[in-house]
Amino acid sequence: MATDSSLRSTLILSRETATWLALVLLTAASWLLAEEYTAPHLQNVSVQTISSGLIILAFIKIRMVILSFMEIKHAPLSLRILFELWVVGICATLLVMYYH
Amino acid sequence: MIKSEPIPANTQPRQQAEKYIPGEAGVWIFIFGDMMVFSIFFIVFLQHRSQDLPTYLTSQLTLNPHFGAANTILLLTSSLFAVLGLKSLRLNAFVVARRLFSLAALCGVSFGILKIIEYSQKILSGINLTTNEFFMFYFMYTGIHFMHVLIGLSVLAFMIHKTRSHTYTDNDRIAYESGAAFWHMVDLLWIVLFPLLYLVK
Repeated sequence: MATDSSLRSTLILSRETATWLALVLLTAASWLLAEEYTAPHLQNVSVQTISSGLIILAFIKIRMVILSFMEIKHAPLSLRILFELWVVGICATLLVMYYH
Repeated sequence: MIKSEPIPANTQPRQQAEKYIPGEAGVWIFIFGDMMVFSIFFIVFLQHRSQDLPTYLTSQLTLNPHFGAANTILLLTSSLFAVLGLKSLRLNAFVVARRLFSLAALCGVSFGILKIIEYSQKILSGINLTTNEFFMFYFMYTGIHFMHVLIGLSVLAFMIHKTRSHTYTDNDRIAYESGAAFWHMVDLLWIVLFPLLYLVK
């Protein structure tokens, strides 16, 4: 049975915390990217590129939630493939619909 | 309460090589089904949007993305707490698990409070789901999502109460993992809703 301090470090210094940190950083990146619409720092970036980037970033985050938090990376291959296909499929579908 | 002999619990963190379905297998049919329903919501939204872009763009400007971003961080953090709660259970640290699930619920409640403030601001300024098509989608989609948050909070409350048994049998594990999986879905849906409604131009 873990002691208090070793339990605390097991939890705080876990892969899941690292995943959370990455998710928060990706959220911040999305925020900064969205600012490019009105206050651009990048050169020649179109509205469509920014929007596509936001959609793609969202699904990168979703995939991380699915694989890490929902533990699908440890699931049988068929379940994992189902979710991976959904992520790619819906992301692609939304990108196509956005452009039309 | 009659306590039956608990089946020896797997107190070791799961081995990387061993494949398993978290929680009850059936809950994944429900989760995937719910995700498909929201997928249709997203597709329908973009389809209607392309037919009346100016209305959507001007309406979107009245949304406050700070609310949306704060809500995203709250749900991401609540998902982390839920995952760490499961980790604690696997190490039989029941009190710690209860605290972590409570923190997850607190984040969920905060999400709810922000949503209510945001809705109130809109409604008090005369905007509601009949105002135009964009706001119909905004209120309906975030509203249905909010209902999922409320259901998720009940599930978390059940998990918090359940930790009092200080058991982690196979049946316990299934209940906790299923509940956590549903909560992660609630988080996941908002991750798309936020940019789709608030950010994408």
